[in-house]
Amino acid sequence: MSGVFTRRSLLSAGAAGAGGLLLGGCDRLDGDPAWRHLLGLAEPLHMGAQRLLIGRGALAPEFTAAQLSPVFRTNGNTQPDTGEWQAQAASGFAQWRLLIDGLVRRPLALPLAALQALPQRSQITRHDCVEGWSAIGQWQGPRLAAVLDMAGLQPAARYLVFHCADRFGGSPYYESIDLIDAYHPQTILAWRMNGAPLAIGHGAPVRLRVERQLGYKHAKYVMRIEARDSLSGLYGGKGGYWEDAAGYQWYAGI
Amino acid sequence: MADAPQSELPTGGTLVRRHRFATRLWHWVNALTVLVMLMSGLMIFNAHPRLYWGRYGANFDRPWLQIEARGGKGELVIGRHALNATGVLGVSRGPDGAWHEAPFPSWATIPSHYSLADARLWHFAFAWVLVLGLLAYLVVSLVNGHIRRDLHITRGEWSPRHIWHDIGEHARLRFPTGAAALKYNVLQKFAYGAVLFLLLPLVILTGMTMSPGLDAAFPGLLTIFGGRQSARSLHFLAAFGLVAFFVVHIVMVVLAGPLNEVRAMVTGWYRLPKERT
Repeated sequence: MSGVFTRRSLLSAGAAGAGGLLLGGCDRLDGDPAWRHLLGLAEPLHMGAQRLLIGRGALAPEFTAAQLSPVFRTNGNTQPDTGEWQAQAASGFAQWRLLIDGLVRRPLALPLAALQALPQRSQITRHDCVEGWSAIGQWQGPRLAAVLDMAGLQPAARYLVFHCADRFGGSPYYESIDLIDAYHPQTILAWRMNGAPLAIGHGAPVRLRVERQLGYKHAKYVMRIEARDSLSGLYGGKGGYWEDAAGYQWYAGI
Repeated sequence: MADAPQSELPTGGTLVRRHRFATRLWHWVNALTVLVMLMSGLMIFNAHPRLYWGRYGANFDRPWLQIEARGGKGELVIGRHALNATGVLGVSRGPDGAWHEAPFPSWATIPSHYSLADARLWHFAFAWVLVLGLLAYLVVSLVNGHIRRDLHITRGEWSPRHIWHDIGEHARLRFPTGAAALKYNVLQKFAYGAVLFLLLPLVILTGMTMSPGLDAAFPGLLTIFGGRQSARSLHFLAAFGLVAFFVVHIVMVVLAGPLNEVRAMVTGWYRLPKERT
């Protein structure tokens, strides 16, 4: 019998040792740039596979009014601290202008009324936070494609960067998408939500809806849309505040 | 072995080839992968430690399960029942020995400190290994006859009497010996079948259902699982189904003779247990 006990104690010691090694090893690996680079190779793989499977035009599921979340929680910043936005908010965004510039033929400064005068798309969609929760809401606004057509993208334009009025610890929030998502029929500049003007907490006066990706791509408090040929050289160079600050994936379809 | 006539079946004590290379390779790759998926998954859960049924679910909606820290105590709340889980869930000691508020404790997560972004990096990289590994293993096992020969549950084995007999033998810890130990018994087939054909496919498909991109490609996934938050709950339950399998699997390996069992899964060679006299 003693043989069994020796074997057992050996095994349990081995298992505990392996567990400790594994945990310590995982944390060490987690901090290793080469390992992180290797894990990060999965992102273009996911993006490529999803783009192949989804196709350009496939729509995110839409829901009925009966399926709306009773309460649509806010998250991220809920009250920008920049003076310019605060002054605009105080006057009901009457003087607010959405700038569209960068690699466009005709830079624009569009008042809210101009966005409201464009053909509108209304959609009831599910908002999926990277944290795991979901809320269903109704969004209305012009298609981003309509605004881009007014400005006329230059051939070199590859990305659209959304510059926002909110900041995290002094760093401006920004996000970016490529042209496939920019011209997707459900990609809209939402100024209405659940039948009322977009609330401050949800990104007034205008937030981006890019329905096939996670919540952090849906930039709130959009002040300026910049067409660019590359994302490098802008802030941390990864195409978004959370991508730069925490290492979230730029392609957030998963 | 293939040429051995029926009368010369190996007896207890002889070394036999038990596991094919494909089985051994997949076993270890998948064991590591599932462990990484579980631990990084628990960290992802920690970002929003609440589970819901249905299409939506967030802080103002009613969860069916949540882990929380209240007044220095950790609680697992399922429906209306709150269980004190201080020390493991909600509130636990970190590597520094100090108490920390965290739904799942640091020793169970990758990374051990809170980082949703890092956990997602691990989870979505190893997801490829999990999916492609399972697909490759199933295809190979179909071709080499592993599924038909070793995992297929025969008509006789489905009979309640046979199953009941096997349960009794397991309860008395009387495992097959000699030539009978060459084959999986019906309870083993149930367990391995559940992992291969139920739990792993379920955990993969519910994981895919949580992707907003894949929901656009395959909206049918949402119909099958009853919405994204239901899929998230089922993903969690399937993961814990795999944990339950793992626990039973380890116990059975230890009871059946761990060195012989592990050797068989590493080298392929297995010593048939001696017949009881």
